Amino acid sequence: MSAKSTKRGATGLRKAAAVAQLRSERELHAIIDTVLRLAKARGIPETEVHVEEVIDALTRFANNAIHQHVAEHGVVVSIRTVLNGRTARVTTNRLDEDAFRSALDDCLSLAASQPKDPLLLPMPGKQKYRNVQRFVPATTSVTAEERARAVKRTCEVAERSGQVAAGIFSTGQSQTLLGNSRGLFASYRQTQAEFSVTMQHGSATSWAKANSADARQVDPLALAITASEKAELAQNPIELAPGRYTVILEPAAVLDLVGFLFYDFSATAVRDKRSCLSARVGKPLFGRNITLSDDVYHPEQSGLPFDGEGLPRQRVLLVDRGIPKNLVYSQRSAKLAHKKNTGHSFALPNEFGEAPMNLVLAGGNSSVPEMIASTDRGLLVTRLWYIREVDPYEKIMTGMTRDGLFLVEKGKVGSAVRNFRFNQSVLEMLRNVELLGSSHRATAEESFEMVVPPMKIGNFQFSEVTKF
Amino acid sequence: MWDYCGHSLETARLRGARYADVRVMHMRQRDLTTKNGQVGTLGQSESIGLGIRVIANGAWGFASTDQLTREGVASCAAQAVAIAKASALAKKEAVQLAPEETYVDSWQGPCQKDPFEIPLETQLDLLLAADAAMRKVKGVTLAETDLQFRKIDSWFASSSGSKIHQRRVTSGCGIAATCFKGDAIQKRSYPNSFGGQHILGGYELVESLELLKHAPLIAEEAVALHDAAQCPEMIGTLILGGSQLGLQIHESVGHPIELDRVLGQEANFAGTSFLTLDKLNHLQYASPIVNVVADARISHGPGLGSFAYDDEGVPAQCIDIIKGGAFRGYLSSRETAHLVGLNRSGGTVRTEGWNRLPMIRMTNVSILPGTWTPEHLIADTDDGVFMETNRSWSIDDRRYQFQFSTEIAWEIRGGKKVRMLKNPSYSGITTEFWNSCDAICNADHWVLWGTPNCGKGQPMQTMGTGHGAAPARFRNVKIGTAFSNE
Repeated sequence: MSAKSTKRGATGLRKAAAVAQLRSERELHAIIDTVLRLAKARGIPETEVHVEEVIDALTRFANNAIHQHVAEHGVVVSIRTVLNGRTARVTTNRLDEDAFRSALDDCLSLAASQPKDPLLLPMPGKQKYRNVQRFVPATTSVTAEERARAVKRTCEVAERSGQVAAGIFSTGQSQTLLGNSRGLFASYRQTQAEFSVTMQHGSATSWAKANSADARQVDPLALAITASEKAELAQNPIELAPGRYTVILEPAAVLDLVGFLFYDFSATAVRDKRSCLSARVGKPLFGRNITLSDDVYHPEQSGLPFDGEGLPRQRVLLVDRGIPKNLVYSQRSAKLAHKKNTGHSFALPNEFGEAPMNLVLAGGNSSVPEMIASTDRGLLVTRLWYIREVDPYEKIMTGMTRDGLFLVEKGKVGSAVRNFRFNQSVLEMLRNVELLGSSHRATAEESFEMVVPPMKIGNFQFSEVTKF
Repeated sequence: MWDYCGHSLETARLRGARYADVRVMHMRQRDLTTKNGQVGTLGQSESIGLGIRVIANGAWGFASTDQLTREGVASCAAQAVAIAKASALAKKEAVQLAPEETYVDSWQGPCQKDPFEIPLETQLDLLLAADAAMRKVKGVTLAETDLQFRKIDSWFASSSGSKIHQRRVTSGCGIAATCFKGDAIQKRSYPNSFGGQHILGGYELVESLELLKHAPLIAEEAVALHDAAQCPEMIGTLILGGSQLGLQIHESVGHPIELDRVLGQEANFAGTSFLTLDKLNHLQYASPIVNVVADARISHGPGLGSFAYDDEGVPAQCIDIIKGGAFRGYLSSRETAHLVGLNRSGGTVRTEGWNRLPMIRMTNVSILPGTWTPEHLIADTDDGVFMETNRSWSIDDRRYQFQFSTEIAWEIRGGKKVRMLKNPSYSGITTEFWNSCDAICNADHWVLWGTPNCGKGQPMQTMGTGHGAAPARFRNVKIGTAFSNE
């Protein structure tokens, strides 16, 4: 190591002390302009460029101590070309002109290897987008030390109760720019903060999690206390026989089950006859208290307000009072179905078409305490785990309860209960919803974030019990 | 690349790191799919960058960058040290690493035919022909095909002096036919579901699979399943095909033996494990005929868990996991080895890419072959169900209770396959299930299956794992629960 490089290292250390920040939009826009210029010089008639920059940091803890602590920063450029009715995509994280030229050559070579696609549509031109503000500067300044101190306070909550804490505290920011040779340009940036904690009290566990664009809205200490109190209640579980129970699903459990429906609302999935909505759109399928939308503009939602082709996402009413009313579309699926495009395409080319990514399930007037008070005998479910599809058309899902299952008797929460495996049709479940609470952003591990209410549901099927 | 590695390690040392290791990785990927006669995905990607892991003040820090300049990697190393020092604010004990020799080596995995050199037209022609062969069968509503290729070069260096370059090429290939009819969707896949078979190797995999021969067969089965009898609900004898047994091993042996899970490090996400430390060398995990190893050596086969060195610079090893039915070993790392009395890591730490922290992952967790042939196994079974090709999988967060369903099953009566069954499923408790194993087929029927999509960690990492398996028989298994309506 030379003295010179040591000096450079000192520069690096000063930079490391600050939290990395996103490049300017102008800098990333210049990448798009460069690629489009190089493509034009090659005579490529249509070119699309996605640029995505991600800065993320995550502090991970277990056994009341930090055991992993990471940070990443990267930029990815993804290029799609169209020539003679053929398209392909090449992605790189090398940001020099040679890399872009090479990517364009590879794109053309890939595309030329396939038959002409008669259904390939022209890239869209300039669009108008609604302004969505989800970039919170306060989130971008959270340091590794601040996350570590929050974790330390969480571990202290655990230790005071004789418990063991595990979880994560992450903060990050990202920006996405999309431009094409027909003049379309879209950009979006957002921040995110997330805290998740599992408290272990002997062999009992419980869990709490929240995320938001605004780190100030995520309260690690409050979540730690919630999980800690619940873990204490989760001790000494009793074993109940499997069977059909009334359940009160907390929002994370609702999210994870309803979230598995998201691709069923894809027009391409219905056309391919792999959706549970095949031959069911327009017919009563759920209870009249079920209304579901896709709405990227909802104040508690997150994500890009444009799709993989750069088209503005539309708000779509998917289920109206129990009846599947509408699907979501890309340019291609809309043309095939003679419908209006809703701006839900995945990046092209792909075989899956499109999907709603911002589900909002309308809530009701009840609350979890009211649901408990109204229940003579049932189960309160904190969270579900390892959910997989058993039957794609009846939408039977299997999975486990996890981190806090409680017996509700005569309107009160009683003993903890050993975890169950469920085999439950989501379609049937949404016909058996008795009460809904108010809808809020929920986060879990099996589905992406959604806005959902807690639910009281009758006849939920548990098929087997495990050993804890 | 070595210059970037060396510069980042030196920067980490100067900033106060007691130990550091660094990986520069260049990852290339190609994905091709077809659907109903049209090309679906047609894409290629590359990603190159550096990730450095350090111990400072007795705690870990990790940072990654795609800025491959001397200033960029120095800044990244300094950030990793700063993160480690922040981690030390909430540490219990200083990190200890098991000793390991230093190695300077270069290794390349097996690859007879580089898939990136095979003309794309050849690859797409094959997929479109298989796609067409499936759609020729009346009743098929969806035909899908899939090719995936990856080429990963990694340059590993540690502050202990190791410098290891490895190149691994992996290939995956699969086809699937779906039939929607009435009120049901049935699907058959070849040679496995969820993307087919995956190996450490090249295009020779694709050529060996005979897609055009199998395409009409699975298409006919997908259609025929609609008229098949429902798999009964019963306690009975179960024979699993090799790929399904591979996934059974993955979920109910591979994950519970990960020492980081056992020690609670994954408690918030992937979960923990019923295999607490007191069970090592004391638990009768399985029946005496069951022997399971975690073998990363290339001599085990071209698996997704085969390599020369793991991402801590530890050479590939074979570890006994279950020997004669007894539980004998965990998957360990340099950090966790001493906790189970080992003086050396088992060499199982891997990373998804340059921007992810290496962690304990399955290598090739395989059941060793037995002595039976599938024909003898069926002939020896009076009453049972033979299930093939996974459809769904789920297991609790301590890996006790599982449920699997498969695409197809066959009823066995009087030593013969008598009829097709639809919607098959089975469930059980891990150790009860493995202790009920009474027959395993021989090496002629043993295949090293690749599972390309194993998720673990926060941020989530996806890793390929290998699972050698042959058809095997289990007694007194709960069958048909997934579709029970009681």
